[in-house]
Amino acid sequence: MTNVVELHDVWVSYGNVTVLEDINLTVHDKDFLGIIGPNGGGKSTLLKVILGLITPDKGIVKLLGDKPEKTHKYVGYVPQYASFNLTFPISVWEVVLMGRMNTIGPLRRYGKKDYHAAQEALKKVKMLEYKDRQISELSGGQRQRVFIARSLVTDPKLLILDEPATGVDAVMQKEFYELLKELKQNIAIIMVSHDISAISIYVDKVACLNRKLHYHNSKELSPEDLDASYACPVEMLAHGMPHRVFKLH
Amino acid sequence: MLEILQYSFMKNAILTAILASIACGIIGVYVVVKKISSLSGGITHASFGGIGLGYFLGTNPLYGLIPFSLLSALIMGLVSRRSKVSEDTATSILWSLGMALGIIFIYLTPGYAPDLMTYLFGNILTVSTSDLHLMLGLDVLILIIVYAFYKEFMAISFDEEFATVIGVAVERIYLLLLCLIALTIVLLIKVVGIILIIALLTMPASLSAHYTYNLRNMMYLSIFFGTFFSIMGLILSYALDIPSGATIILVMSGVYIIHLIYDNIKKKVHA
Repeated sequence: MTNVVELHDVWVSYGNVTVLEDINLTVHDKDFLGIIGPNGGGKSTLLKVILGLITPDKGIVKLLGDKPEKTHKYVGYVPQYASFNLTFPISVWEVVLMGRMNTIGPLRRYGKKDYHAAQEALKKVKMLEYKDRQISELSGGQRQRVFIARSLVTDPKLLILDEPATGVDAVMQKEFYELLKELKQNIAIIMVSHDISAISIYVDKVACLNRKLHYHNSKELSPEDLDASYACPVEMLAHGMPHRVFKLH
Repeated sequence: MLEILQYSFMKNAILTAILASIACGIIGVYVVVKKISSLSGGITHASFGGIGLGYFLGTNPLYGLIPFSLLSALIMGLVSRRSKVSEDTATSILWSLGMALGIIFIYLTPGYAPDLMTYLFGNILTVSTSDLHLMLGLDVLILIIVYAFYKEFMAISFDEEFATVIGVAVERIYLLLLCLIALTIVLLIKVVGIILIIALLTMPASLSAHYTYNLRNMMYLSIFFGTFFSIMGLILSYALDIPSGATIILVMSGVYIIHLIYDNIKKKVHA
């Protein structure tokens, strides 16, 4: 089985500012990797490199064993900020169907299978009853659920989520993380999150990113890793959670 | 009033209004929802170089216009996407560059340029039957392409980043859309002229956005608005004996502004 994601010695800079420095990362099939780190630490950039939306200055990126440009259509992606204009004349149903474009290609119309997939995905995020709403008529959390549905409908081999729970209320968040838990039985998931409690409960492996990536292919990070990433001691991880991000020390 | 229909130029003018509104309604919706009206304005004005080239070569200026507007669409699209120059700046530069070329071409053409004003400000009454055939052909082409790439155009207009990830050839589809804008310019030029085209391209679409949240319905509605306002403007210009292109734009803008004010008042009353 090829690795889902492989990064070797990846560097990215914007002008003179180095955003990612010497990143090495391997994600295996059915991994659930959480990425934490301070704002501006390069988390979204890293996800975009994995997706092939940003070409690194240096280094090798492989997604599902090939160049990201060839394989990113097998990835479900939920961006942090919706990059579109809210007044766009499009319904929830049309947004979700858009996720099926990877399987049907140009010049073809959506068919029964696509409608079925869209329906199932909307059911999973409990948004089916809103399917005819225009996207500006939804709350932030509802909209986020629609984008999650859009990523699920692609039938992904890897799910990439950038702060997916932003604006989603607490009850729905829990259901959402339970849904991810169910999904990871079959696919790999990479999730960027500030929600450290969610990370500690649901993910299998944690990486910490602040220009450099601290990752030991496990759920544990050393205090040195966190110091190096956040440049200050991180205390919020020791609130007696069911699982620990820290090693006992 | 009906007696004006007896003139063949009037029949042609009305057919022109309909054919132009079809292209304009469909493509104008993309211009509005993708927010590329200034880029479209740039393509329009740069196309003036093609009119000049047509005069210079002694052919129908429309034959100079078609390749020239397609070329400026492609250059505009590629420069704005690939170079470090901002889209805004690139648009302004190419906008003037095309017009400058047109002026030089016309200067170099011996004699004077007949109907130059028609291309700048439009004159729907000068549309010949062969022009109509060309317009019909372009309409059919635009309809076929939009039908074939409907979901791709929607995807790149709505969310380019996601469209890229999902495997849509975003840049190529975007360039195709810009080429359709270029062809629409050819269709509209005799109606309102280069200077006023951008108003015709944006107003019916923007007005229709107030009435529907569905892209397809928006297209139908803006075709209707376009046809209605063009014919209204045409009749008014005939009755008052004033230039048709400008009258069409004035009628459209008048309704648009009244609509905006009415909308605002309605919101305040409900608030």
